[in-house]
Amino acid sequence: MSVLQVNNIKKSFGKTEVLKGISFSLEKGEVLSIIGSSGSGKTTLLRCLNFLEFAENGTIAIGDKVIYDGAVKKNLSDSEIRKNRLHFGLVFQSFNLFPQYNVLENITLAPNLLKMDTPENNEIHAKQLIERVGLTEKTESYPCQLSGGQQQRVAIARALALKPDILCFDEPTSALDPELTGEVLKVIKGLKSKDSTMIVVTHEMEFAKNVSDKVIFMADGVIEEMGTPQEIFENPKSEKTRSFLSKSLEEI
Amino acid sequence: MSFQQVTLDLAVGFLENCRLFFETLLFSIPLGLIISFCSMSKFKPLSYLMKIFVWCIRGTPLMLQLFVVLYVPGLVFNMPMRNRMLAALIAFVINYACYFSEIFRGGIESIPKGQYEAGQVLGLTKSQIFSKIVLLQVIKRIIPPMSNEIITLVKDTSLARVIAVGEILLAAERFAGKGIIWPLFYTGAYFLIFCGVLTLLFGYIEKKMSYFN
Repeated sequence: MSVLQVNNIKKSFGKTEVLKGISFSLEKGEVLSIIGSSGSGKTTLLRCLNFLEFAENGTIAIGDKVIYDGAVKKNLSDSEIRKNRLHFGLVFQSFNLFPQYNVLENITLAPNLLKMDTPENNEIHAKQLIERVGLTEKTESYPCQLSGGQQQRVAIARALALKPDILCFDEPTSALDPELTGEVLKVIKGLKSKDSTMIVVTHEMEFAKNVSDKVIFMADGVIEEMGTPQEIFENPKSEKTRSFLSKSLEEI
Repeated sequence: MSFQQVTLDLAVGFLENCRLFFETLLFSIPLGLIISFCSMSKFKPLSYLMKIFVWCIRGTPLMLQLFVVLYVPGLVFNMPMRNRMLAALIAFVINYACYFSEIFRGGIESIPKGQYEAGQVLGLTKSQIFSKIVLLQVIKRIIPPMSNEIITLVKDTSLARVIAVGEILLAAERFAGKGIIWPLFYTGAYFLIFCGVLTLLFGYIEKKMSYFN
């Protein structure tokens, strides 16, 4: 059974229809890359999954349980929305670490406030995550003392600390200097396992090609094409996909 | 008139200034926070009402407000204000709360949306996001404008003299009435020392918070 089932999500801002009916599903342990040009709705889709935006239409199901239905969204209380959000984790393009807390505190803040475990166990778990993203020697550092790549790795550890069913990345390397994108992509690649399901919105075509199990190409608020990396990158069916890929992979 | 006697009399007067200063801070900071939340409210009538209120208070002289608080209760409601110190305190608290509220609003609105969203996706409640994530960042950002305003308050307390609160300038003017002018200038030393201490204090707090951006 699929871990995530998204059905006919629609979202408009004023008169602009940004998502025009998005449906897809994801199996446990799969990595989904979403590619497409700016303004195609990729980020809005992630924000709808994390309930930073609320789709007007469509359903979101985790396992066999529908956690969100656009038709009845008004009935959701604040605490239900918060509970729903915990199924997902989100890593932002601009990191959004909390500047007044050091690396360890950034990661333990939410688990402690949500009382996931005892503070001692939360700290042990956080330290394991810091090791996993390769920042053990920066445990006590503050965000302003870290490079962009290091900050983004902390943000990944912070999202993992809540053990989300699905971890989402919103262009995780777009705010980084080119020489720093590698370390972040390597960490994300390293998270891939049979238990961790991930959705990555990205402009890194090589990453999408090599790491994902499934690729969605979005254009103008619809899924233009969906398939395995081989299908999308080597044998794209749609004209829009072909022209996007040829522009993205164009050598200067 | 001995130097010691003048120093002592002025000090007694300055105690009133200090009292007005600390009591004004004590009440105007929480009131300012309430006003800033109201003026940021999504309920438009409340937000407009607060904005008009802040406009009235910031748009009229504090000296006039002192007279209003002292005389209006007696003239309009037939309940004369007998306690001049209380009248001064009320006028100062309302006046400073309005200035503080604008500083708080600026500070709160300057926090990037991403900080709230990061808290939201971590499943935190609105009040947890405000108290654990946003608040300290706001405090850091408002320290420079707040220290400015608080230092102004030290000197503004002498305005209470216009409704005959027995503060330091009133004490100095009593000497002037007897033909001794120099105590009037001597009062400057009290203000300078007090503001000097405050400047050092705010410098210390700013340094304490310089570990993050």
